[in-house]
Amino acid sequence: MNITRRHILLLLPAAAVAWKSMLAGTPEDSPNYNMSEHWWGMLIDISKCIGCGNCVRACQTENDLPDGFFRTWVERYHRSNWSLENPEVISPDGGKEGFPSVPDDPSGEYFFVPKMCNHCADSPCTQVCPVGATFISPDGVVLIDQRYCMGCGYCVQACPYGCRYIHPTKKVADKCTLCYHRITKGLTTACCEACPTGARQLADLKNPKDPIHEFLKTHTVQVLKPQLATGAKTFYNDLDGSVR
Amino acid sequence: MSGYMYPNEITLYWSVLIVLYPYITGLVAGAFILASLERVFRVEAVKPTYRLALLTAMSFLLVAPLPLLFHLGQPLRCWEMYFTPHSTSAMAMFGYVYLWYLMAVLSFEIWLDYRREIVLRSQSSKGLLRLVYTIMSLGSSNVSERSLRIDDRVGWIVTLVGIPSAFLLHGYVGFIFGSLKANPWWSSPLTPVVFIFSAMVSGIAAVTLIYMAVTRLRREPIDMRCVDTVAMYLFYIFIIDFSLEMLDLVHRIYEADESFRSLDFLVHTRLFFSQIVLQILLGTLAPLILLFLTQIVKLPEIARKRIYVFSGCMILIGVFAMRWNVVIGGQLFSKSFLGYTTYKVGLVTHEGLLVAVGLSLLPLFFLWVLLMLLPPWSEAGDRQSAAAD
Repeated sequence: MNITRRHILLLLPAAAVAWKSMLAGTPEDSPNYNMSEHWWGMLIDISKCIGCGNCVRACQTENDLPDGFFRTWVERYHRSNWSLENPEVISPDGGKEGFPSVPDDPSGEYFFVPKMCNHCADSPCTQVCPVGATFISPDGVVLIDQRYCMGCGYCVQACPYGCRYIHPTKKVADKCTLCYHRITKGLTTACCEACPTGARQLADLKNPKDPIHEFLKTHTVQVLKPQLATGAKTFYNDLDGSVR
Repeated sequence: MSGYMYPNEITLYWSVLIVLYPYITGLVAGAFILASLERVFRVEAVKPTYRLALLTAMSFLLVAPLPLLFHLGQPLRCWEMYFTPHSTSAMAMFGYVYLWYLMAVLSFEIWLDYRREIVLRSQSSKGLLRLVYTIMSLGSSNVSERSLRIDDRVGWIVTLVGIPSAFLLHGYVGFIFGSLKANPWWSSPLTPVVFIFSAMVSGIAAVTLIYMAVTRLRREPIDMRCVDTVAMYLFYIFIIDFSLEMLDLVHRIYEADESFRSLDFLVHTRLFFSQIVLQILLGTLAPLILLFLTQIVKLPEIARKRIYVFSGCMILIGVFAMRWNVVIGGQLFSKSFLGYTTYKVGLVTHEGLLVAVGLSLLPLFFLWVLLMLLPPWSEAGDRQSAAAD
């Protein structure tokens, strides 16, 4: 069979749709989901992030978030060549609409850092919740039972990464759920799905076939604020020393 | 806002009401410690303040949970702290420590101390007051010498238990802040200890001021021996408090960890007035120097009175500023250490200035009611004072 240019033009979009569907996985019913078989985390490859803000928009749409509050956001760092201590950081509206352009002849280095809940294994926010409304699920996701939360704000104070807020209308704590409603159905998170460069990848640390294991073996991966020993499970590749 | 804050940090979640909460519990703990001076440590000179200190502690304790309730996003769920407390949370202890302190310590001690008067008044008064006193007597009408001796003995034990309870009540408030590793402004093992000593200082100052004001309103002479003794204890405890606060400060400056530059900037800018001027200069050094003067120079009575009133007011302002600097100051900087935000107190919002002022005045109203119901200068009180003399 001769493959003409016409065939390719027709097949490529179809292949893209098929590939996207494969990446997203086949949804399965939540009742069949076995929590004990998973231990979720996230891999963020800083070298791949282009600061487009797709992830922020997808998260806001997927989770119907109020304006001005973020379950995930993107920061742009500008670090001078020699000083790690005073980077210039911006995140206009959480990076939702992208960033202003970089000067033509920039000094130092510019890079983007997507941020989100680190789903810490020893999470300080879970520790301090007075009623246990915040908890770590058996599959390693830090969640909030919003029907139970008093809205005291102690967890917001305890999170070292600024990932929590009090929902302005619900008056209870809110944060990234790692799209629990999706991942328990075999889908990936909204932010991962929307990322055009694959800078974000959902990782199942209990699944030996998950590519995360190979990645962790072959790359220099770091977590945010390791000195706080929170057991963060959002891993960063190419993390610069200036990132807080 | 200046510099870079994480996007969710721009809003401050702990408002002036959370400033009020440790301030009020501090006054409770301090007032109780003053009462225990007479009861447990047998400092007879401070006896005129004993019952007043207990009633002051009670008035403020009744108001202590209100700022928290007003602050909660879902106040109707506050009972969950009692029914399903989270064992690893410092805050989950609040309900139990509060109840223990309210019921097992303060109410019990006041009841034991006033039982004789309550029984007598339930027999001599009429109408609604009779009913109130009858309820307050809890069905007990035995005022024999033997039963009063038992009251006295049990009261002593309750006060003895009350001292660590008072430390627990306020130390735990300090622990809520001091145990948060996410916030370097709060995170320090010294925080609970500083909270306890500043609580003692503020509580003793408050009771002294209330004693002087109430005595003046009653057109009675102020017992200078009592006030001088209280001032002496206030001075010594204040020195410990000041030393601890300075130790914390010097340690932070010398250690200069990753957060130091950010916190140092904060103290020199947004917190300059409340921290350097109000808390340290006016609220600590000025009263310390004045109280020191009263210890080394024999000043005339009127001068001592004025010094005590001025120092007391300055201490109350200084300790409030300290609570402000801890609670609000701890939220003014980003956990990225790259930026700062500001805090504006609303006027009529549910966590605004009017609510805060109302909650600050409410204990005085409760105190007035308690003074009417259980006057500390009652016949029995005078009898006890006379017996002591």
